[in-house]
Amino acid sequence: MDIKVSGQSAYVYNGGKKLDISTVDRQPVVVFIHGAQQDHSCWSLQSRWFAHHGFSVLVPDLPGHGRSAGDPLPSVEALAEWIVALLDTLGVDQATLIGHSMGSLVALEVAVRFPERVSKTVLIGSSLPMPVSQALLDAARDDEPKAAEMINTWSYSASGQIGGNTVPGLWLLGMNRRLMERQKPGVFHVDMNACNAYVRAPDSLSSIAAPLLIVAGSQDRMTSPKAAKALLGFIPGARLVSIDGSGHALMAERPDAVLDALRNFVAAA
Amino acid sequence: MSYKFDTLSLHAGQVPDSQYGARAQPIYLTSSFVFKDAEQAASLFNMERGGHVYSRISNPTNAVFEERMAALEGGVGGIAVASGQAAMHLAITTLMGAGGHIVASRSLYGGSHNLLEYTLPRFGITTTFVDPRDIDAWKNAIRPETRLFFGETLGNPGLDVLDIPRVAALAHEHGLPLLVDSTFTTPWLLKPFDHGADLVFHSATKFLSGHGTVIGGVVVDSGAFDWSASGKFPTLAEPYHGFHDMVFTEESTVAAFLLRARREGLRDFGACLSPLSAFQILQGLETLPLRMARHIDNTRKVVAHLASLVGGAVQAVVHPDLPEHPDHELAKRLLPRGSSSVFTFNLSGGRPAGRKFIEALKVFSHLANVGDAKSLVIHPASTTHFRMSDEALVAAGIHPGTIRLSVGLEDPDDLIEDLNRGLAAAARA
Repeated sequence: MDIKVSGQSAYVYNGGKKLDISTVDRQPVVVFIHGAQQDHSCWSLQSRWFAHHGFSVLVPDLPGHGRSAGDPLPSVEALAEWIVALLDTLGVDQATLIGHSMGSLVALEVAVRFPERVSKTVLIGSSLPMPVSQALLDAARDDEPKAAEMINTWSYSASGQIGGNTVPGLWLLGMNRRLMERQKPGVFHVDMNACNAYVRAPDSLSSIAAPLLIVAGSQDRMTSPKAAKALLGFIPGARLVSIDGSGHALMAERPDAVLDALRNFVAAA
Repeated sequence: MSYKFDTLSLHAGQVPDSQYGARAQPIYLTSSFVFKDAEQAASLFNMERGGHVYSRISNPTNAVFEERMAALEGGVGGIAVASGQAAMHLAITTLMGAGGHIVASRSLYGGSHNLLEYTLPRFGITTTFVDPRDIDAWKNAIRPETRLFFGETLGNPGLDVLDIPRVAALAHEHGLPLLVDSTFTTPWLLKPFDHGADLVFHSATKFLSGHGTVIGGVVVDSGAFDWSASGKFPTLAEPYHGFHDMVFTEESTVAAFLLRARREGLRDFGACLSPLSAFQILQGLETLPLRMARHIDNTRKVVAHLASLVGGAVQAVVHPDLPEHPDHELAKRLLPRGSSSVFTFNLSGGRPAGRKFIEALKVFSHLANVGDAKSLVIHPASTTHFRMSDEALVAAGIHPGTIRLSVGLEDPDDLIEDLNRGLAAAARA
């Protein structure tokens, strides 16, 4: 669906289901938040399951990304406010937020600052802080193809670099390269900066009361399993699911394992 | 860094099987796949999980071939099909229906020409053929209903080098994709996506296999073309009633073409590849870099030898390596590793010389194929084009004494000796 959020045109994929703007909140709502230099399509498989199993699914292209208009927002805090504005626009009081990488920081920020809007939170491929190397920041600013190559090298496990995709015939490294190329010039650096600059005191996470799940790839070189464990320690009652053999691009590399983790956590009573 | 070409040609798409650890790619010679439970079955049909249902739509052995070709071409994915012709048909019918129009190079393989000139018009899809070197001709042929540009990386029979950067740029200016037949060059010689092409197909029967044992084809999508922005592709950017009203460009930003081609094209037209054939093509792909290097090396020697005979038994040699070829400079730019091991030369005599030449050869096999490990030869005026008069042949760019060679992997000295034997026989005709 195409809607206006804060006066600006935004595209929201609904998991392959027709969603009526006026009745989004008649079912439990799940929001999927993509990572840096991505769009909604990174959630295709998982979001389709939820859309076809009794959930209203909102998978926005964040501002400036994919089909959504405007400039990319400069900070995780601003993105969190935009997610709340999206919920407001659609009359949704409370939703489950599922974020990947930069999107996981956005979900985390909403969970801390707007706890009344969040029923459950899932952080996939996450760490706090989420430092970005100077080399990648520079490449994202000066040489986007080089930055995309760096991301592709670091985002996939050793076996992911060879392939063997569960979705027949698709070459994941090629898919990710083209998806990154599709984003408007300048988005890459803004996103990388937003990840790198995000600061939140670990103490402040203790206020999160809604159930929270962390999903980590055992071979993630962008947000390491160690970082996922540290994050787990900051959030009382949080759970961790480790996905064996996956790098940072978890939804692409291990789509079924990610879906199973999400189902068990989100769809469970 | 990501893995390089030679490594990908051996490994891309294939991890050792999880049950037995087989290092070679297993052949999943099965029509269908048992569902784990009703829930998983529903998830597969609804594209909530990846996997295989029925081998007409997808198969694990074929999927390795598809992924490997996408990796070698630098695309987002591929679809294996029954032949190169099936690949071309799948690409076209995924993009357009009746009323659609194609602008194509006139320098095409005869089978492709037949499909475009005679067969597709019966289904309402028409083609305007243009001189591939005349960029204004491409431009002037565009109509409101044009949906595709099409050419071969090296055209038939004169090895015209398609100026992919220029033709792709023109196509993109008009919101159109460029499809290329890359059979003659393979991604080892030329990666069309690096130069702006949007879709590539191959007859995998030729160099990709290299052994001349199977018929197969593959379409690869670069993932770079924005089908929504173009506004000309309702099959991809509007709801498809034949698959739950799916809007393919919304489902997948970069692989919409492949989604539709598999979910409609393979499902309904059904030109699927046998997993056994996919396995055999994969066996060939493993040595593609080694074979192509040898093909090119042998060809250089054969071309140099024949070129040295021009003015005597040989009237002309047509190969982009030669400075007199009209695309010599373009070939140096687009095909730095070499152009092709398939090329033509003209005997100084006419049809009778051609027949004598062919009959005298002992190493070159007389048959209608190219890209085999073994060297191949054909004399168009006495075989594929035998009904045409000498005048009609010349109009089609073929001399009555034209010989087409596909240089294989034999010792080049044996090939040259064989050609000399043929030339001596031709001189006596």
